[in-house]
Amino acid sequence: MSTPTEGREITFAQAINEAMHEEMQRDPSVFVLGEDVAAAGGVYKLTRGLLDAFGPERVRDTPISEAGITGLALGAAMTGMRPIAEIMFGDFLGLVMDQIANQAAKVHYMSGGTFNVPLVIRTTMGAGRRAAAQHSQSLCAWVAHIPGLKVVLPSTPYDAKGLLKTAIRDNNPVIFFEDKMMYQKKGFVPDPSVEYAIPFGKADVKRTGTDITIIATSSMVQVALDAAEELAREGIDAEVIDPQTLTPLDEASLIDSVKKTSRCIVVDEGYQRFGATAEIAAVIGENAFYHLDAPVHRMGAMDVPIPFSPILEDQTIPNPTAVIKAAHTLVGR
Amino acid sequence: MSQEIMAAPSTTLNKDRLLELYSRMLTIREFEEKAQDLYSRTLIPGLLHSSVGQEAVAVGVCAALRDDDYIASTHRGHGHCIAKGADIGRMFAELFGKAEGYCRGKGGSMHIANQAVGNLGANAIVGGNIPIVTGAALSAKMRATDQVAVSFFGDGALNQGILLESMNMAAIWSLPVIYACENNHYGEYTPMELVTAGDIKQRGTSLGIASEVVDGNDVLEVYRATMEAVDRGRRGGGPTFLIFNTYRYYGHGMSDRDRPYRSRDEEKEWRESRDPLDRFAARLIDAGHMTPSEKDRIHTDVTGLITRGVEFGTRSPFPDPDEVLKHVYAD
Repeated sequence: MSTPTEGREITFAQAINEAMHEEMQRDPSVFVLGEDVAAAGGVYKLTRGLLDAFGPERVRDTPISEAGITGLALGAAMTGMRPIAEIMFGDFLGLVMDQIANQAAKVHYMSGGTFNVPLVIRTTMGAGRRAAAQHSQSLCAWVAHIPGLKVVLPSTPYDAKGLLKTAIRDNNPVIFFEDKMMYQKKGFVPDPSVEYAIPFGKADVKRTGTDITIIATSSMVQVALDAAEELAREGIDAEVIDPQTLTPLDEASLIDSVKKTSRCIVVDEGYQRFGATAEIAAVIGENAFYHLDAPVHRMGAMDVPIPFSPILEDQTIPNPTAVIKAAHTLVGR
Repeated sequence: MSQEIMAAPSTTLNKDRLLELYSRMLTIREFEEKAQDLYSRTLIPGLLHSSVGQEAVAVGVCAALRDDDYIASTHRGHGHCIAKGADIGRMFAELFGKAEGYCRGKGGSMHIANQAVGNLGANAIVGGNIPIVTGAALSAKMRATDQVAVSFFGDGALNQGILLESMNMAAIWSLPVIYACENNHYGEYTPMELVTAGDIKQRGTSLGIASEVVDGNDVLEVYRATMEAVDRGRRGGGPTFLIFNTYRYYGHGMSDRDRPYRSRDEEKEWRESRDPLDRFAARLIDAGHMTPSEKDRIHTDVTGLITRGVEFGTRSPFPDPDEVLKHVYAD
């Protein structure tokens, strides 16, 4: 099933809420825990209504103990439950890293395949909310670096719902990044009576084109599409492709697209140095080098702590104007 | 001495079970001594941490548990695995990095897990298993079983912040978890009192958690205290914090040979006056539960068990090289 172009419109936040609601209804071992997730419905209201539907055992307010939340969720996942742990801001992964990187990621392998970890960690990413250096980072590269984790970056309400359902059903630890600036963006999502899930490791072509490939993740998909619209008016036909998951990464689809267009920009909101863009650019460089007419161009967040003042912060994130400029350079017109 | 045995609630332990406790403790000691010997002869690669001296904690705690109760262990974890029912041959196979080891050779000494008997795995991050075990207790409660979960950790883990986070959640949610602190008085190479403030027990009581300091070299005391904690957990009474005072006879690991941070006199005192095996054997003989010839038979049996275990591990093949890519992800 491909992304619908008509019908019911809901927000990104509602799509995530629906996915949790439906999976909790389907499977009694699924439960949600995190800070302010119960009566408050979460700081971004992602868990609104779940407490009334499923009660305080399965929609569990926790202390402000991010490492503990994640570690407890891991232990529960190893012993028959399917927890969804909410870590309020992606920046707080700093508090959680041992539980994710040394524990959850390694349990299945270290135990010779005897223990599974069906654990979802939902967290946020994205700058632009004037939230400053400790509430704005996009740290997906941190976890994409660790074998044993799956890393998901949805870019539309439809994708968010379908990918979260897959995450909840997966038997591995999945880190699910939600761009906080996208929560109120609307998109077409089928009626709840229409069941769908989106498989991991399949890139989604958001716009077909022949002159240049723009590989974009999460918040940057819309930036790439906006840029592509403008480029089209100038006669440059851009293809926008969204990997949807960094791990597993659909390398083949990305490589095929670049072999077709011969030019490539990679855009991700994480820090540019050693980030997701670096890995993807390396994949393209290693596998499509002889098809390239220009060097692969990377665009990530500026390598500075995200500043508060709007005039400073706005410079740090790639925007359509910058993508258009880069495309001009690569295409040579 | 016999009265002491009779006075304890462990009178429910009949002669067979008392001898079983002794045999298990001896198995751990002989396993550890053999593992160190094999390590010294470079037959075991990597890192190795001996639990010789601490056998009564592992055995006394696990004797109070059912097979479906959970434990998780530490870098000094062989004793816990054996006490929870691990097969000696598969243990040695894992230490050798062999395919028939508990983790197919992928975990080694510090990561032995055994799902069949609720062993969630040894953990090489100090305090690493504490939230995992607490989460297993949460799971047991949510699934409405009466399982309990035991987190073994050393005094070194007392100063990891995750202990407070986990204990707090166990207390507010009344989880069936037992925090079993093996206080061997040294966190790696540093005396505990140099790096640990206050009265340890109050770290539990201040959260409203039932807490007790126990002679960790008295296997029946360990068993009694754990039974009380298990009962509390099974009937919904919440967590327990047990501090078992014990002693690590050898260094932190195999490279810690001269142990300059503690005295030989102190080591001698623990070995000669407080050894958990010697004390228990004397009590069993005193109380008429074990004859000298029964003791000899147990020693012979354990020696045979260890020998066969080493043979099994030695015979076991190394993993197929392709194994390296297996189990990164579950299906």
